[in-house]
Amino acid sequence: MKVSLFVTCLIDLFYTNAGKATVELLERLGCEIDFPEAQTCCGQPAYNSGYVKEAKEAMKQMMRAFADTDYVVTPSGSCAAMLKEYPHIFHGDPEWEDEAKRLAAKTYELTQFLVDVLKVEDVGASLHGRATYHTSCHMTRLLGVKEAPLRLLKHVKGLELAPLPNAHQCCGFGGTFSVKMGPISEQMVDEKISHIEEVEADYLIGADCGCLMNIGGRIERLGKPIRVMHIAEVLNQRNEKRGE
Amino acid sequence: MPMKIENGPFWKRVEENLQNDFMRGAVAGMQDRGYVRRLGVIEELGHWEEWRSLAEQIRKHTLEHLDYYLMQLSENVTKRGGHVFFAQTAEEANDYIRRITLEKQAKKIVKSKSMVTEEINLNPVLEAIGCDVVETDLGEYILQIDDHDPPSHIVGPALHKNKEQIRDVFRRKLGYDKSSDPVELARHARETLRRDYLTADIGITGCNFAIAESGSITLVTNEGNADLVTALPKTQITVMGMERIVPTFEEMEVLVSMLTRSAVGQKLTSYITVLTGPRDEGDADGPEEFHLVIVDNGRSSILGTEFQPVLQCIRCAACVNVCPVYRHIGGHSYGSIYSGPIGAVLSPLLGGYDDYKELPYASSLCAACTEACPVKIPLHELLIKHRQIIVEREGKAPVAEKLAMKAFRLGTASPSLYRFGTKFAPSAFAPFVEDGRITKGPGPLKAWTESREFPAPNKERFRDWFLDRQKGGKPS
Repeated sequence: MKVSLFVTCLIDLFYTNAGKATVELLERLGCEIDFPEAQTCCGQPAYNSGYVKEAKEAMKQMMRAFADTDYVVTPSGSCAAMLKEYPHIFHGDPEWEDEAKRLAAKTYELTQFLVDVLKVEDVGASLHGRATYHTSCHMTRLLGVKEAPLRLLKHVKGLELAPLPNAHQCCGFGGTFSVKMGPISEQMVDEKISHIEEVEADYLIGADCGCLMNIGGRIERLGKPIRVMHIAEVLNQRNEKRGE
Repeated sequence: MPMKIENGPFWKRVEENLQNDFMRGAVAGMQDRGYVRRLGVIEELGHWEEWRSLAEQIRKHTLEHLDYYLMQLSENVTKRGGHVFFAQTAEEANDYIRRITLEKQAKKIVKSKSMVTEEINLNPVLEAIGCDVVETDLGEYILQIDDHDPPSHIVGPALHKNKEQIRDVFRRKLGYDKSSDPVELARHARETLRRDYLTADIGITGCNFAIAESGSITLVTNEGNADLVTALPKTQITVMGMERIVPTFEEMEVLVSMLTRSAVGQKLTSYITVLTGPRDEGDADGPEEFHLVIVDNGRSSILGTEFQPVLQCIRCAACVNVCPVYRHIGGHSYGSIYSGPIGAVLSPLLGGYDDYKELPYASSLCAACTEACPVKIPLHELLIKHRQIIVEREGKAPVAEKLAMKAFRLGTASPSLYRFGTKFAPSAFAPFVEDGRITKGPGPLKAWTESREFPAPNKERFRDWFLDRQKGGKPS
């Protein structure tokens, strides 16, 4: 199965390990990975700030870049949700509406793709320690992906998964919100971290690099001994020999 | 209290409220308890998403035929002996109510909870002609006697006060000499208010839903105060926003159920009262005269625009109760009697961008509001629409942001520019990087690094790794 990877700008530039893990994981599960080089950004930073015209240019580039693909998989719930919004944004645009619909229909967030398309829940990963999972807002509320990451994590050998109190609450990232409303965002991320500490997690796992950059950046500033990992990295961890 | 709360510029309000540990604790407690309770009654009802869709349909249908239903309502109120007044502005509404008050030579007015009378700033108008206006909702009553402290929540207006603070207000203003036990406090307020009900000349109420087919109004409370306000005084004036209307009892029943579950996590509140016109011959109580004041005050200009869904609102505050921003900054930070996500959407529409330009940005767009809304208002999308207008029409966006977004457009629309930009990002950031991270960021990153580390861009981008790997063949 040919899978076209939309790696996202954050992973391309900052969290390359999450991108590498995504590729290795999907290949291990039998996918052939294609990386359309003309991809840029889903447009969300501009769109959510009210710069719709600017965002649309990025979106058109994304539609061009992924025109000739079967499945578009991205290790980010928020970016996947943005791509799914394209038909709504280009509604009534004779040139782009159909293309927007096509791209939205073939786009999957990574864990959603693993569980719903590849029909796999145990990817043969193992990681020892106590972890908690951050359910990012766009992934759960806009994309509607709630169960897939948890099902996958449940099968990771050695991983003890503790439910995160007030998991439904935003970590305070919100894209430009985190800088425009810095002092409020800081209170939100502090509350999130206090809940992560409450369950004494060694690992904080998430499926969105925006949230992880926010929570991780604050954890680092406060010097907390919590390791932040993208779910692709966790699912690609193989400390033990695969038993299959 | 007008819609706008005069408490300084946005950041001053936020900084002050962030320091208010008591308020923040109270709000967080309310949100956390409310979350569990709301989910409980939603589950108990079952098929919540279908109920939401039905409620949305009802609200949308009513708004699409608002002229028809308002006419029907007006005819039926008149048929039952009531008077209807359409007020285009706050002034027109206030003038009408003042005129009735003067005609009746009223000295005392009791009021049940009504956000729209706060919005039009009714009380000072009546006080200016020598009337004693008494709020009877316990929360509103506390705020009123505390020198008109503004409401911080559309359903629980005194949420920001604790019982000790309330005891102190009662001591100062009412000569209260007992403890801060809520039961004792409530008993004292009830005793005081009972005298007011008995001596009031006019009762003023809000309106949860008006029913077009019968000309009735529906009042939803847990305290029963609205029932006394409407049963005892000789004249009743009900003030409603022009969108607070349903076609028939059937739709009212659906929306009341959505309202009480969403607002307070109850299947039903203690009192749900439907009143139709003045008292009939043989009725034991009720007003001799009934006036319905239907307030536009900017609402009709929202009709037919992309913001029309905001008029679906039934003022349950479910969005407020799940908002993580409201959780930390509290209601007063919004500078409007309408706070939380609904306030951030509604206040700029009713009061303009000059006073409320920050509110659309006071959201992480986490969409908890949209998910909680029982009538499916896409609140976070409407916040983005506000941002778009602020950028495109109002021209109020900061210059640096405009430049950054111009660069974003260039960089993301052209793959070669994008590749170029990301390739040189590591060297551009290099002077600020220490141990693989940025602790004191330049420009817009500064706000980020005030509280968080920022990752240094990788010299080997993902795409470099991938393309190298592809060239060299896949490792086995």
